[in-house]
Amino acid sequence: MTTKTAKTRPVRWHIAVFLAPAVLIYTAVMILPLFGTLQLSLFRVENNASAFVGLDNFHTLFGDPRWAASFWNALKNNVWFFIIHMLVQNPIGILLAALLSHPKLRFSTFYRTAIFIPTILSFVIVGFAWKLILSPLWGIAPDMLNMIGLKSLFAPWLGQERYALTALSLISVWQFIGIPMMLIYAALLSIPDEIIEAAECDGITGAAQFWKIKLPLILPSIGIISILTFVGNFNAFDLIYTTQGALAGPNYSTDILGTFMFRTFFGFQLQVGDRNMGAAIASVMFFIILAGVCLYLFGIQRRLRRYQF
Amino acid sequence: MSRATSSLPRTIAAHAILITYTIIALFPVIIIVINSFKARNAIFRMPLQPPTQETFSLIGYQTVINQGNFFLYFQNSLIVTVVSIALVLVFGAMAAFALSEYRFRGNTLMGLYLALGIMIPIRLGTVSILELMVASGLVNTLTSLILVYTAQGLPLAVFILSEFMKQVSDDLKNAGRIDGLSEYRIFFRLVLPLVRPAMATVAVFTMIPIWNDLWFPLILAPAEATKTVTLGAQMFIGQYVTNWNAVLSALSLAILPVLILYFFFSRQLIRGITAGAVK
Repeated sequence: MTTKTAKTRPVRWHIAVFLAPAVLIYTAVMILPLFGTLQLSLFRVENNASAFVGLDNFHTLFGDPRWAASFWNALKNNVWFFIIHMLVQNPIGILLAALLSHPKLRFSTFYRTAIFIPTILSFVIVGFAWKLILSPLWGIAPDMLNMIGLKSLFAPWLGQERYALTALSLISVWQFIGIPMMLIYAALLSIPDEIIEAAECDGITGAAQFWKIKLPLILPSIGIISILTFVGNFNAFDLIYTTQGALAGPNYSTDILGTFMFRTFFGFQLQVGDRNMGAAIASVMFFIILAGVCLYLFGIQRRLRRYQF
Repeated sequence: MSRATSSLPRTIAAHAILITYTIIALFPVIIIVINSFKARNAIFRMPLQPPTQETFSLIGYQTVINQGNFFLYFQNSLIVTVVSIALVLVFGAMAAFALSEYRFRGNTLMGLYLALGIMIPIRLGTVSILELMVASGLVNTLTSLILVYTAQGLPLAVFILSEFMKQVSDDLKNAGRIDGLSEYRIFFRLVLPLVRPAMATVAVFTMIPIWNDLWFPLILAPAEATKTVTLGAQMFIGQYVTNWNAVLSALSLAILPVLILYFFFSRQLIRGITAGAVK
């Protein structure tokens, strides 16, 4: 796979040399094990022996009412999780990056460093910190709402079915806002001064400059952060797991595909782990994400203009 | 360079927004850290106050230091993270260059193949990875973690870096070729310096999931000698759930090393970005 030759030219070994290390490690440690998982989803353990059952596991997942209900619940929650990220995380990230990239802004290093800090913290820390802060027991959240006279609004958000998922999504937004901010920031900085100066000569400044000049130039980066958000959200697992446990309580209201897969795969409490069904869910997740990424690569990315400076 | 865009109200508005968000971003972290230095009843009575002389207490930290092996965990995390990032950056940039620079049969296919890894969490392959590591005798070694994290980080690195490498001017590379530079030199001497902002960004993004990962340390290297900080902190918190002093101190100690590592890298990141090499 790695040695590519052009018919009219000598073998271009440097291409193989450039590709080989990445492709080898990636294939051995990632791709082959993943295929192992896809393969698992086509088998089922019967009488202590693994037997090939074709698509039977998927039939169970979508056909059996109990499995199907859990699956659609997880998928629905996951979509909501993603929508909140797209509506809150990415616009705020772009706004912050646009403000930060202003060349005369003072303390911009400080802001950038500070705003990125939540992103570098582990789920263990984030989950626990917010659990403590939102806990009615400790009382930080009610006290703070009290200070601005809104104490009546307080509810144990993480413990209520109606709010738990949204609260967790916002915690996740809080944690990951640094990623769109940094990517857009780097993209904005790489816009050449000449273009900005030309715009200024034409009298385009301020907000108009952002919308008409900079935004079109950073569209490819916005495309990247959207697809990264999509993939990240549909793989999410850790935050829910560390705050709500594998049961994704209350009453499965925060269950997303990741936690659903984990519970099925490894089992939890009374439920026995089922590697094959877990692998089937993993495969469905794989196809959902694959569909989203293909949509982006072939439907959107192709239409974005890329500029060479 | 004077700019027509900087007016006073606009600047004030920008600072107001940024300060507000900075407070939102830092508030939970600060709350955790200041309360970790307080005695137990002060944590509950005045959670928003910084420790005073009466309420100052290090009891939580004493518990953590006496119980855990945090320095060893920290060293393990550091080795794993730094080595993985280095491998991801070098191998990832090489592959990204091959994909964005050369036309060859299977280019698109190879790009898609490598991008596949962005979409799928490597965790889905855990069972097979564990089998692989057992077979090669790498269980409970840092090497197993480094291999997994390198594989995990590569796809995103290739994806981001090739986006940036497409923007590097062709004229520059062709000028290098006319001057007789080999393809390797063009890559290492011309292209790599130009994508440094992107490299720094990739380094930070690669670092975060590696440092914070709980899953693979738990499965591949749970032994005391190879525990990472995240795993150590998680186990500690699990044991001491009701001891708020100890939990807050453990959280603070888990925050601290990442912060140091981040400040180290962010200087690189800022230097890389402000070098503005792409301009």
